Amino acid sequence: MNHMTEIVTRISGVNPRKCMKCGKCTAACPAYDEMDYHPHQFVDMVETGRLEELMNSRGIYMCLSCFACLERCPRSVEPAKLIEAVRLAVVRQQGRNHLKPEQIPALLDPDLPQQAITSAFRKYRK
Amino acid sequence: MTYSYFPGCTLKTKGRDLDIWGRAAMEALGVELRELPQWQCCGAVYPQAKDEIAVRLSAVRALASAGELGTDLVTLCSACHHVIKRVNRDMRTDETIRSRANTYLQLETPYAGETKVLHYLEVLRDQVGFDQLQKRVVKPLTGRKIGAYYGCLLLRPSGEMEFDDPENPSILEDFLRAIGAEPVVYAMRNECCGGYTTLENKPYAVKQAGRVLENAASCGAEELITACPLCLYNLQVNGGGKLPVRYFTELLAEALGVKEGAV
Repeated sequence: MNHMTEIVTRISGVNPRKCMKCGKCTAACPAYDEMDYHPHQFVDMVETGRLEELMNSRGIYMCLSCFACLERCPRSVEPAKLIEAVRLAVVRQQGRNHLKPEQIPALLDPDLPQQAITSAFRKYRK
Repeated sequence: MTYSYFPGCTLKTKGRDLDIWGRAAMEALGVELRELPQWQCCGAVYPQAKDEIAVRLSAVRALASAGELGTDLVTLCSACHHVIKRVNRDMRTDETIRSRANTYLQLETPYAGETKVLHYLEVLRDQVGFDQLQKRVVKPLTGRKIGAYYGCLLLRPSGEMEFDDPENPSILEDFLRAIGAEPVVYAMRNECCGGYTTLENKPYAVKQAGRVLENAASCGAEELITACPLCLYNLQVNGGGKLPVRYFTELLAEALGVKEGAV
C-alpha cells in the first residue's frame, strides 16, 4: 500500500478492498455525470493507489454529501468517506484551499442560507 | 413536555420561518422548546473523516449542554439534525473521537453520547402523536396537494439517522394527512436536490432542483414542503419557482390556527 492510500484509508476508516465492483454507488449517485471518476472507479483507484489522479480530479469537489452511495452499497464500503478523505488530503496542504473568503461576496444572493456558506467552507478549505 | 432546542445559524437568519412557525406550533401543542442558553453553528456538514475533531466540538457542546439540563435535544433544521445526531453517535461509539473531544473541551463531566437527539418531526410523531395532532387542527388544509421533499440529511445513512425508511419514507406524508392535506408521493422525494453544490457548481444545482420539481409536478404536487433551508433555497431559487416550496412548520402553524395576522 503506498503512502497516500494509507493516509486516505486511515482518515476515512474505509477498506476499499471490500468493494465487489457492482457499481451500485455510481448508479445511485445523483452527481455521477459531474465526476471525472465515478464513485465505483474512485473506490477502485484508491485500492490500486492511483491517488495522484484522484487528488487532481474535479470530482472531489462535486460530491453532494447526500450519502446515497453509502446507503445503497451492499458491502458497506462507504465511497463518500473516501471522496471526503481524498479532498481533505488536498485541502490540508499548504496553499491548496479550494474556496477563499474573498470569493464569497461575488457568490452571494439575498436568499442564500448561511448553511450553504458554512458547509462550503467546511468542505473546501482548512 | 419540555425539551432543549437547538435552532442553528440559518434558523436565526435566512431560515427564520422554519423556526418561528415551529416554535409557535409546538407552543400551541403544549410542548415547550427551550432554546439552549448557548449554542454555536453545528458546521452544516457532518465531518466524515475520523481524525477531524475540532469541527465536531460545537455539536458536542450542544449535546453536553442539553445533558446537563437533563433534557432531550430537539433539532429542526435537517442539516443540524444530521450533524448533531451523527456526532452524538461518534461520541458513544468511537473511543478515539470521544477521548480527543473530551480532552479538548474539559467539561466538568466528560460527555459520552448520553443525550437523546430528536428531530422536531419525531417529537410530533412519537411524543405528540399524529392522531392527537389531527384533533388539534382547526384549519385543515383540505384539498391541497402537497409533495413532501425529504432530501438526504434526515434519512441517510439510515443506520445512523434511524429516522424513517430511507427508500420509502412516510413521516412527512403522515404529517400532511394529519393536517388535512393530500400528500403526493413522487420518486425523487428522497433524492438529493444538489443544494450543497450551489456555490461550487451552480448549473448542476439548478439542473438537479429542476429534476426534483419536474418529477413532483408531474405526479400532481401543487406545492412542496421541506425541513431543510438549503433544500428550500435550492428548490425555490435555483428551481426557478416552478412550485411553491415552504417549510413544513409554516403549514403546521397554519393548520393549528396560530399563523393568523402574523405574516
